[in-house]
Parts: sequence; C-alpha cells; structure tokens
Amino acid sequence: MAKVTGAARYTDDLVIAGAWYGKTIRSTVARGTIREITFDPGFDWSHVVVVTAADIPGDNVVHLIRDDQPALAARAIRHQGEPILLIAAPDRATLQAAERHVRVAYEPDPEPPVLTLDAATETYTTIEIAKGDVASAKADVVVERTFRVGLQEQLYIEPQGAIAYPGKDGGVTVIGSLQCPYYVHRALKRALKLIDQQVVVIQAETGGGFGGKEEYPSIVAIHAALLARKAGRPVRLIYDRHEDLAATTKRHPGVIRHRTGVKRDGTLIFQDITIVLDGGGYCTLTPVVLSRAAIHATGPYACPNVRIRARAVATNTPPNGAFRGFGAPQSLFAAELMVEHVAERLGVPSLDLRRQWMLRLGDTTATGQKLTESVSADVVLDAALKAAPAVRPSDRPTVRRGRGLSLVFHGSGFTGSGEKKLGGTVAVEALPDGTFRILTASTEIGQGTKTIFCQLAADALGVPIDRVTLAPQDTSLVPDSGPTVASRTAMIVGGLVQQAAAELKGRRVGKVEKSYIQPDTIHWDDQTYRGDAYPVYAWAATIADVEVDTVTGEVRVTDLVTAVDCGKALHPVMAEGQIEGGGLQAVGWATIEEIKMQDGRYLNDRLATYIIPTSLDAPRIRTILIENPYSGGPQGAKGIGELPMDGPAPAIIAAIHDATGVWIDEVPATAEKVLTALRNADCGLRNGTVGS
Amino acid sequence: MIVRFTVNGEKAAVEAPGSRRLLDVLREELALTGTKEGCGEGECGACSVLIDGEVVNSCLVAAGQVEGSAVTTVEGLATDGTLSPLQQAFIERGAAQCGICTPGMLLAAHALLAENPRPSEDEVRVGLAGNLCRCTGYTKIFDAVLACRT
Ligand code: FES
Ligand code: FES
Repeated sequence: MAKVTGAARYTDDLVIAGAWYGKTIRSTVARGTIREITFDPGFDWSHVVVVTAADIPGDNVVHLIRDDQPALAARAIRHQGEPILLIAAPDRATLQAAERHVRVAYEPDPEPPVLTLDAATETYTTIEIAKGDVASAKADVVVERTFRVGLQEQLYIEPQGAIAYPGKDGGVTVIGSLQCPYYVHRALKRALKLIDQQVVVIQAETGGGFGGKEEYPSIVAIHAALLARKAGRPVRLIYDRHEDLAATTKRHPGVIRHRTGVKRDGTLIFQDITIVLDGGGYCTLTPVVLSRAAIHATGPYACPNVRIRARAVATNTPPNGAFRGFGAPQSLFAAELMVEHVAERLGVPSLDLRRQWMLRLGDTTATGQKLTESVSADVVLDAALKAAPAVRPSDRPTVRRGRGLSLVFHGSGFTGSGEKKLGGTVAVEALPDGTFRILTASTEIGQGTKTIFCQLAADALGVPIDRVTLAPQDTSLVPDSGPTVASRTAMIVGGLVQQAAAELKGRRVGKVEKSYIQPDTIHWDDQTYRGDAYPVYAWAATIADVEVDTVTGEVRVTDLVTAVDCGKALHPVMAEGQIEGGGLQAVGWATIEEIKMQDGRYLNDRLATYIIPTSLDAPRIRTILIENPYSGGPQGAKGIGELPMDGPAPAIIAAIHDATGVWIDEVPATAEKVLTALRNADCGLRNGTVGS
Repeated sequence: MIVRFTVNGEKAAVEAPGSRRLLDVLREELALTGTKEGCGEGECGACSVLIDGEVVNSCLVAAGQVEGSAVTTVEGLATDGTLSPLQQAFIERGAAQCGICTPGMLLAAHALLAENPRPSEDEVRVGLAGNLCRCTGYTKIFDAVLACRT
C-alpha cells in the first residue's frame, strides 16, 4: 500500500536534521600505489570532514570471506574506482567543491594491470568435482566447445545508499538499502572496533537488490559510519547512478569449456568441464559463486563420469560479486548449449537428448547426491512444450524467427554445509493486543518476504493474516536469520517461521524462537565436494521465441514461456512476479546488457549507455507454476528467486540458431556479434563450407 | 527566486534558484519524497511527475519552468485516502515489487489512460517505455493498466 501512495520511505527519503552529505573519492588507475594525497591549501577545509585509511579504528577490511579488501585503500590500488578517501560537508555544493580540491597521485606498478581473465595469473580459489572416471571412459563421439559469459549489472532502480548516526556510547547506527543486516553488522564491528551492542543496522525500504545489495552495502555502511564518527553528526552517503555503475559489484564473467562424450545412440558417457570466473580485484563472495557454478555445471543431467575443474581468478577490475543465480546462470548457459551442440552432431533433436539424459528420481548428481524427492525435469519440460504458442513465420523478408529450449535446475538454499554452520534464527511472539509478531532479519526487497512470512505464520497459528505483523529489520530487535540470498528465504527461514508459529498456536502470551537444524539425512563434505550439495532442487523449462533482424543483427525476444516447479507457490502472484522479473533480467543479460572496459574501467557507466530492457523490449511472458512438494519446505515450498535467471539465456541463443543457422556461444548476443556471425556464415556458404 | 505553482491541487511557493531541479524542490522543499531519483539523467522515469497532465522526468526540469503550472506527484493520486483504481490494480495484480519505480510508473500510466482510456497492450508498452522496472518484467504492470481500461 505505502509503495503505491509514495509513503514508503527508502533511504534517501529519510529526512535527518543536521545530516551532512558524504562522498567517496576513488582511484583512477587500475593498479598502482598511492604516492600522495594533497588537499588544495587555497580551499577552505573548515567545513569539510576528511577520512582516510589512517582514521579507521579497527581492522581496515570489509569483513566477508577473506579479509583482503580494505575499507579504504592505504597504499596499494587493485582496481579502478577503489575507495581511497571520504569527505563530508554540510551541503552538496561545498561537497562538490571540496572534491575538486583533492588530488591523489599514484606510483604506477612495475607490472601492467591484469585486465582480462585470460591474462590472469593469480587464483582466488579452485574446486574439483569428480564422479566416475572421465579419463578412461570410452565414447563414440566427443564434442568440444567453449562458451563465454559477460559482466552484468544488477541495476536495482534505487542506487546504493546508507545514513549513519554516531551513538552516545561511541557506537553507530546505520540505516540503509540492503539485503543482509547482519553482514553489515559484522563488517561494522570489525572495521570500527565495536562490540555487538554498539552497532545497530536497520534496513530502510529497499528498491531492489538482486544480490547487488548482499555484500556491497557493508562498504557503504563502513564509509558512512567513519564519516559520521569523525563529523560527530549523521552523514548521508547516497550513490548516484554513475558511481553505482562504476564501482559496485557485477555478475562474474567467465569462460566455460565442455568436452562431452556420448555413444552413437546418444547415451551420455562423460562430461569434462572447466570453468574460469573472473573475481576482479578482491575476493568478495567469489568462492561461493564459483562453488554454485561448479555444482550446476553438468546441467540437470545424469552422467556416470564427470570431471569439473573450476577456478576463480583475480584481475585488476572492480570486484565481481553476488547476482541472482550466483554462478549457476553462467555454468548452466554452457551446459544447455552443450546439449544443443551434441544433438546437432548426432543429428537428433535436442529435446530427445534432454529426455534421454535428464535427472530422474533416484539418479545421482555430479557430487554423488541421490535425488530422492521433488524431481521434476520431465514435468516442467512437458508443461512448457504444451503451453508454447504456435510458431509464426515472419512476414518481413529480412526478419527470421526461431525457437529455443532449455532445461535447468537450481539448488535451493545455501550450498553444502552453509546452512548448518549458519543456524539461522527467527522468533514469533504473541502480543498483548492479540496480534502476533515475527522477528527475523530476512529482508523484503520486493520479492514478497513480508507477505509470505505473515501468511505462513497466520496459517500455522490459525488466525487471519491481518493479525500477524513483521518486526522491522533492525539488528537491535531481530535475531540473525542469515542473509536474504540463495533462494533460501521462503524455504529455510519461512520454514522456521512456520515451526515457531505452530508451536505458539493457542497461546496468548510468550515467544517461540527457532533455529535451523539440518536434517540428519543431509550429508556434505566440504573437502571432497561429495554429498548433498543442496537440500533440494527447483526445476524449470524455458521456451524462447526470437526475431532476428538480419540487416541490423538485432535480436528481439517475442515470447518467453517458463514452466517452473517451486514445490509450492506460497503466493502465486508473487511467484509469477519472480519468474517474470528474473526472466526479463536474463533476457537483458542474453541480448543487450553489455559492459565494455577500457584500462580496467567500465565504459558503460551511465544509464544512457548501460541499457536494460524497457516495456517495449519485454517479451510476452507466460509462466506455468508446478507444485511438486518438498517434504522439508514450508507447505512444500522450494526456492524460486534465482531459478528464473538460469533458463532464458541458453534458450535465446538456441532460438537465434534456429532462426539463422549460426551459433553464438556467448552472452550477450549483441546486434554486433549476431551481425558478425551472420556475415561469417554467409562467406562460409559462398565458399561451400557451412560454418557453425 | 520564488516559484509559484500548484502541487496536487494545492498552492506552493518555493524559494529556490530557478535552475534547481524540480525533483529536488519536490523532495526537499515540499517533502514529497514519493518522487524518486534513479539516474538523474532522464533515463529511468523514477522521477516522473505530471506537469499540466503531461509526463515529464522531474530530474530534467528546472524549478523555474513550472511557474504557474499544475504538478501532480504520486502523493496526489489518492483522493481523501481512497486509492485510485490504478493504485488499487497495482496492489492487486502484484505490479509493485520493490516499489521504487512504482510512483513514476503510476503517473505515466495515469497520463496514458487519461489520453487513451482503452489502450491495447502495445499502446501500454509504448506509454510506459520511459519508465524502467527491474523487478517485475513489466507483465504485471501491463495487467494492472489493462485492468483499468474504461
Ligand atoms: S531520475 Fe529522472 S529519469 Fe531517472
Ligand atoms: S518494482 Fe522494483 S523496479 Fe519496478
């Protein structure tokens, strides 16, 4: 309701008396050392607060997996746009003037910056998954192919931002646009050397996240807090779009190679896969992204012999991080196109090959996980095929139409033992006025957390939904339920809400707290990468119809049909909303969202140059929800947030091939790339060698 | 200078440099924070308002330009606490997810329906082409607007 009247308060909408404006000053080189920071003596600095690395009371790190990323660079610069110092002033004009009077001088590094993944020598992490024996497996036909995936910006419409207030006890309160209050809480404690009670993190209404507000808000919050402490007053640190595009994390680009062996009858013999993802200048969440990429790399297929070698490398480019799908879209893109290439080589429809290979109940995945329930590859495939509109030939001679298909799965919840280690907690309490309140740190970022939690609790309590509310996402009020990521919120945290509410049922006072306990049927070994990688998987089949303009190379996705098994659609309209929104994000990634770089800097760092789909570009989207329940999810629900990002890209590339006969083994398939491929194919035809 | 105009039917007189963005005047002088800033460059439509019934990006309009005009923001869409049919439809059909594009989207849709009360889906697409949404894939927004055809 508040969102349609303008009453919802996002970070920048909060009016805070006496707050100053803050700004981050960033590196303009990709690699080097800070030689000197100078402040123009001719400028009046009396109304400006300056913070450098020397002002950081605690450890100069953005606490996450590895503590390699400084909150402010002290000496070494590892990427363009790296934060070096912070300034704050009472008004914007003074702030802008002050910014122009700071100079940072650099010492170039003897080594040139590493700007591409192919040139990288430093590795963040490697993963190996092995099943059977690829080396000695005998196949009749072996197909090899290399795929490339590009950077993508989350492009939440509300840019990053936080407001910090200094506390009386030397502590700090930060309110901001964020997905994971306790990530920010931990990062603030570490950098500012504070204890639990001294730090309060509050989520304001948040205008989209898609993973982009998983780790980055910790940096914004630390910066705002440092400024607020030094200024002795609240400081607003709100990014404009340009800064947000230039400096914040993107989807990891990567190169994925497949070598697939089959028998002449199509039987899948081996999959040999290497994955290289570019982590950028600092590690951020890269190891976890790589892990999900590796586990999903086979696609939803049963293969007796699998070898997956995955590596994340460091480059002197801005760090890449969490983005809806978290590595799975990258590796599933390659896996799905590989099915197409093998089918083409064998001369069989790719649909038949998918049916022959797909994981079924009782099959084991690459990590040796036996699928014991809620397996729906065949069901989603049939449903999508049934719902797809009739193919219409184009009536324009220069436009060709085509259709492509993909089949994907997506592990719900954290990978491996993540959920067990975390032990997320929620509580439900009965209030004196006869209502109930849910206490959780899981955030609403547009995906429907609030409604779904209230509905789950109301159902379990046996009361109408209007008697249940959700406490604000404020770390001084709510327990750590874990981050709002990994399609875990409805399934894992929602499950805890349901359990707590069920236990509270019939009581008029009191509070029930529940923490996640991993069922003892789930086994995972972090060292060997063997076992139950996820509690359960969600499944999706996607059919994309495209129009390719052979003169301009432009690709338009006209129809997108997705059949999804999410266990139970707790709120069907919201579930559809996730699939439609994720689907369009994937269409953007596959076709138009391209980031070009120069000297380690993004060239498309404005909304005028980083293009996302508009209402004119959006295909007609049709969603079919299938409910194959999971025994461990609330009312049978599995995760749904990320899955829709996985399927469209390979389906679109297959559709482009169907329309034109050319394969573009990379995303985005921009007009430029399509045109080049069409021209090359044309030359091939004239020379009598059909290229593909 | 003092700029005089009406906002959501009420008179406003704001002391501001004529070059100040209308977006800032609305948000900071008049506390109408329903109008959002997504890019500040005329690309996203989060700052859309109506000036004399026309949709404009308030980040590109100087305050001085609205002298004597009637400005409508999202706060002006409900009458006496009753939501407009379009606001109601946005809620019912799930057209607002994170909600940051919603104010601009609602104003663009209002302008569209005022001009063309029975738009086709294609006309709705054209009418909303200046307003980006990253959450919904637009489908539910189209549904909501089409549900308000008269
Ligand atoms: S803020 Fe005005 S168009 Fe984006
Ligand atoms: S609802 Fe989030 S951008 Fe439109």
